[in-house]
Amino acid sequence: MNVGLFIPCYIDQFYPDVAIATYQLLKKLGCEVNYPMNQTCCGQPMANSGFSDLTKGCDVNFVKNFRDFDYIVAPSGSCVLHIKEHLKEGGDKAELDKIRHSVYELSEFLVDILKVNHLEASFPHKVGMHISCHGQRGLNLSSMSELVAPAFSKTEHLLNMVNGLDLKKPLRADECCGFGGTFCVFEEAVSVKMGKDRIKEHLVNEVEFICGGDTSCLMHLEGILKRQGSSVKTIHLAEILNSVL
Amino acid sequence: MGARETILNAVAMNKPDLTELPDIDLSLTIQYTDLIQKFIEMVEAAGGKAYYENSRQQLLNDLAEVKAEGKFMINLLDNRDTEGWKNLNAGELESLDTCYLRAGLGVAENGAMWISERQMSNRLLPFICQHLVIVLNQADIVNNMHQAYQQIDAAEEGFGVFIAGPSKTADIEQNLVIGAHGARSLRVYVI
Amino acid sequence: MRAKQHAEAAQEFIRDEARTDWHDETLWFVRAKRDKAVNTLPEWEKLRDWASQIKNHTLSNLDYYLKSFEEKAISNGIVVHWASDAEDHNRIIHKIIADNKIDKIVKSKSMLTEECHLNEYLQNKGIQILDTDLGEYIVQLRKESPSHIVLPAIHLKRQDVSETFHEHLNTEKGNNDPQYLAGSARHHLRERFIESDLAITGVNFAIAESGSFVVCTNEGNADMGVHSAGIHIACMGIEKLIPKTEHLGVFLRLLARSATGQPITTYSSHFNKPRPGQQMHVVIVDNGRSRQLGRADFRNSLKCIRCAACFNTCPVYRRSGGHSYHSTVAGPIGSILNPNLDMEANSDLPFASTLCGSCSNVCPVKIDIHEQLWKWRQVIVANGYVDKGKKAGMQGMAWVLSNPKVYRMAGKIGRWIMRIFPFILNNSLNVWYKQREMPRAPEKSFRDWFKENK
Repeated sequence: MNVGLFIPCYIDQFYPDVAIATYQLLKKLGCEVNYPMNQTCCGQPMANSGFSDLTKGCDVNFVKNFRDFDYIVAPSGSCVLHIKEHLKEGGDKAELDKIRHSVYELSEFLVDILKVNHLEASFPHKVGMHISCHGQRGLNLSSMSELVAPAFSKTEHLLNMVNGLDLKKPLRADECCGFGGTFCVFEEAVSVKMGKDRIKEHLVNEVEFICGGDTSCLMHLEGILKRQGSSVKTIHLAEILNSVL
Repeated sequence: MGARETILNAVAMNKPDLTELPDIDLSLTIQYTDLIQKFIEMVEAAGGKAYYENSRQQLLNDLAEVKAEGKFMINLLDNRDTEGWKNLNAGELESLDTCYLRAGLGVAENGAMWISERQMSNRLLPFICQHLVIVLNQADIVNNMHQAYQQIDAAEEGFGVFIAGPSKTADIEQNLVIGAHGARSLRVYVI
Repeated sequence: MRAKQHAEAAQEFIRDEARTDWHDETLWFVRAKRDKAVNTLPEWEKLRDWASQIKNHTLSNLDYYLKSFEEKAISNGIVVHWASDAEDHNRIIHKIIADNKIDKIVKSKSMLTEECHLNEYLQNKGIQILDTDLGEYIVQLRKESPSHIVLPAIHLKRQDVSETFHEHLNTEKGNNDPQYLAGSARHHLRERFIESDLAITGVNFAIAESGSFVVCTNEGNADMGVHSAGIHIACMGIEKLIPKTEHLGVFLRLLARSATGQPITTYSSHFNKPRPGQQMHVVIVDNGRSRQLGRADFRNSLKCIRCAACFNTCPVYRRSGGHSYHSTVAGPIGSILNPNLDMEANSDLPFASTLCGSCSNVCPVKIDIHEQLWKWRQVIVANGYVDKGKKAGMQGMAWVLSNPKVYRMAGKIGRWIMRIFPFILNNSLNVWYKQREMPRAPEKSFRDWFKENK
């Protein structure tokens, strides 16, 4: 199975550990993993700001880097959703459709494609679950509190395989953290307030870590936690699934 | 060109291609095993008080008590006395304490009752009275609003209303206050 | 004067953090009541599908249904008026008032009359309208606008209401009991209902096949007004139509559960004909709606039944308050409706969202609200309603991210600066840094690691 590793730009630059964990985890699970060396960004920051006409360069570069894989996997629901919904240049329709249909967020790839039901992972800590909106409501990684539908969660399904992990959910299980791309600076006051409120609910649960599938949300929460001088850390799902004692 | 034509032309020009109405499969909608019990539960959840056991006698007691208090009451239950109230205006009904009337249908899912214009005689009565008393036949309770609209002819008379509970508001800090502008209390006798 | 942009108004709102928390929790409480109510119906998602399809169908044949409604309403004895815009709407109502020499007017909640600024229009002609919905009554006394379409005074605390009522109704100073305050309003407004000559209401649903319309309230204020007064004027947007009476079964099941978590409002009043001697008027208003109907990406916003579930679930609305949206209809739905009315003035609104998608999920008629927010952003930028600095920044970012070598160089330099000279970014010019630390910049990117370790 030929997997192209799609590492979003800010993870590449600021959170290489998340990318390393994703890479190692996929290798461990038997995938042939390649990292196309000229990838940059999916173009989401521009598109979500209203500048989707500026994403052509990113689209072309993305297609150039990822056209040859069976699967494209990224440790970010948000970037995957952007590719699925808004990739529009860089190839003919068939080529773009193939990419849109073969790009996966890490946990959905592990659950739906690799059908992982056992992991040699151990993380003996109290962990708070942060659900990222684009993964959940965009990619359907878990059931949503607004809908009348059976409960499920691909992320929790995986975390339940980790030894020693004590998973805690905040009261409002799937409220947005307020990152929201450029929203985090253009609507700074609301963004930070939303983040603080998420953190408050996790602190009630006395968690040691806040875990999520999107590093962007975690970066935002981490920034607030650090400013508060909190000992609570943020951690990406991949890092937990890849951790061994 | 008047506003009517301007609007209709713009709508005709801008509307999308025709789509179909859905097939509404009522077998998918909720049915309750005990209609009366559910109805009573929902009347009370809406802030009303429902009487079922021995309700005929309780209703007679209710009428006797209110009568004894000597307040202005209107009883439309016996169908003898409806014409006289028809043309009273708000000023004349302002002091109305209790109004008794019949509902044509009750809905289990929400405790609402349908009252047609004929049943209320005067459109103001169910709203302007301080206390509203509704009598409903237990055979006239349906599961849900879809069934309700199958049973009633909502456009048959000049006016009709579904009433669920006494008037209420939560406009101050989401605190529920019973008794906004309509009736302050609702008693329902299921007979 | 241009209204304060959402971000700035929100920042001011949040400055009182305790009050923001209270506002957030009060509205979350409504969302929680909604969740509880919808989970009692296994067919909930089916109902949403049906409602969406009925509304889509109606919009696709709206001219026919409008004409059908008009014809039936007229034959029922209702006078039907058509208004292209707010000005028309206000003029029509003023004419009815003037022709009948009316001076005592009560109004129940109608967001359309708010949208048309009817109160101000009539006030300028020396005519006072009394808003009778408790929330609207409170904000009217305070000379404010509603901050929420279902709960107009949700931004106010009981102390605020108490002070307002003390000032205007001479209630006991410092008595903050909601029961007492609502009771005082009831007492005061009863007299006004009884003496009123004309009552204005909105319309929740207009039924094409019968020419009838339905008005839903909990307070009974609409009914108290219209059944007391000699003249009833009902104002409706063209999108209020539904084809058949039986469709009310679908919509009345959805509306109150979505709005407040009640299974139905206390009163669902069906108006078919005026009572003997009464005048009943319906004013059908376009005011930009037919234009929105022509916008393929945005037309289904016209399905909205004004339940405000999207307000209550919106994490941004709950923390910024309705007034920060500087529009009659705030919240997520307002952010996709208002740019149609005035794109420039409302160009900030589609950006007042994280695109979390919760709004679309609670919407009882399945409007893809968050997707339309994204699309409005594109339209607004394409029309040039965007800050020049933001545009330049986006162009620069696009250039860097389109060129892998430039991207890698920029990343390397950026991380180096952050490590060696953190103060360059950690200062007041960096909005991120105001309340958040910057991420720790690693020496190597993942790509650097991969080259060495693969």
